[in-house]
Amino acid sequence: MTSDRPTTLLAELTHRCPLHCPYCSNPLELIRAEAELTTDEWKRVFSQARELGVLQLGLSGGEPLVRKDLEELAAHAHSLGLYQTLVTSGLGLTRKRAEALKDAGLEHVQISIQDSDTESAERIAGVSSVKQKRAAVALVQELGFAFSINVVLHRANLDRIGEIIELAGSMGADRLELANTQYYGWGLKNRATLMPTREQVQRAKEIAEAAIERYRKKMQIIFVLPDYYEQYPKACYGGWGKTYIVVAPNGQALPCHAASMIATLSFPTVRDHSLEWIWQESPGFQAFRGDSWMKEPCRSCPRKTVDFGGCRCQAFALTGDAANTDPVCTLTPLRHIVDEGIAEAGAPAEWEYRVLAGEPQRA
Amino acid sequence: MVGLSVDTIPKLWRLARLDYDPVRQRPILLYPEGAVLLNETGAAVLELVDGKRTVGEIAAILGERYQTDVSTDVAEYLAGLADRELIQ
Repeated sequence: MTSDRPTTLLAELTHRCPLHCPYCSNPLELIRAEAELTTDEWKRVFSQARELGVLQLGLSGGEPLVRKDLEELAAHAHSLGLYQTLVTSGLGLTRKRAEALKDAGLEHVQISIQDSDTESAERIAGVSSVKQKRAAVALVQELGFAFSINVVLHRANLDRIGEIIELAGSMGADRLELANTQYYGWGLKNRATLMPTREQVQRAKEIAEAAIERYRKKMQIIFVLPDYYEQYPKACYGGWGKTYIVVAPNGQALPCHAASMIATLSFPTVRDHSLEWIWQESPGFQAFRGDSWMKEPCRSCPRKTVDFGGCRCQAFALTGDAANTDPVCTLTPLRHIVDEGIAEAGAPAEWEYRVLAGEPQRA
Repeated sequence: MVGLSVDTIPKLWRLARLDYDPVRQRPILLYPEGAVLLNETGAAVLELVDGKRTVGEIAAILGERYQTDVSTDVAEYLAGLADRELIQ
């Protein structure tokens, strides 16, 4: 079938990161520095992406500032006309680098905040980081970047959502993304500890909705409900292979950052194939386009054009078959799997920090 | 939809950028995590949004260009973008 043009490339430049957040969206098997794409390889990927129709580029990781060539990559992307977002923890953003990135044409910086409470924020990140983040925020403001703050929400910080919103407001963010934890990889591993209760979610939703109105035209607030508490699944990136490409540090191209977990599919790398071939022809990107792959209850469901059966990665992670309906959907008999996940909320458990295989767990 | 009043001075969101996409051969509005493909008239309106002109002045310029009254269309189009916080 014919494919649409992609609009967004998320470039996971590296999996190296000074933070150890237990909900990290990187896969459990982190890619080591030796396997990362070179500067020239990334530049080629950006050029191919632009030719394919990509408009938005996320410079992400891991921590993208770990890459010494970030400024060169940003300059190249800027020359192609891509709208770039640096997705960073803020750690490593020195004045010199921030100025160089500004000169390179970087427009938008997104800094992660773990919590409004310093002690809790550093416990979540697994490392002392708040002071450095504040310094990064001040630099981003001073240099006039478009500025977003991103907060991943979970049981340990959700009750402070009001304080978190006020903190982001006081930092002068243009935009605040309040994203509840998604349960893949590290998040799924730590689900029992991260899962909020229904009461927490309800209260947070009310506070967020009031803040969205209060901050209108000052700070754009995006609040994403945890999909486990929804009735229907999320329409992941508008459907599989529809708008979004992720390139992992080693060049593996994926329709979603979590897709490498789908063991029944293989995904090619940009070292072996052009991005155009990967997008148009590769079996991995074709696998769940359209609706011919769907089973019941999706196949005959009018919502299949709304949510496309939900998330393939979640279907695989929770049911073992990526072609099943996303078990978040209350129309599938598989929904009990998600309800059992919710029932874990409140169970006493310690989270496992994100570390490289072989690296010691953090206290 | 209720349009913006003629006296409103619309301004593009600081994070949004009007551009042209040579691949799709369409004018485009880019902003963090999103893009709106524009038609010719949408782009014509946004090109006149400079933080100085009022909605009425923009409509007058385009009305002259197209030799027809576009004031309702312009006011509603900008209201739609304002609703998405792309116009402030």
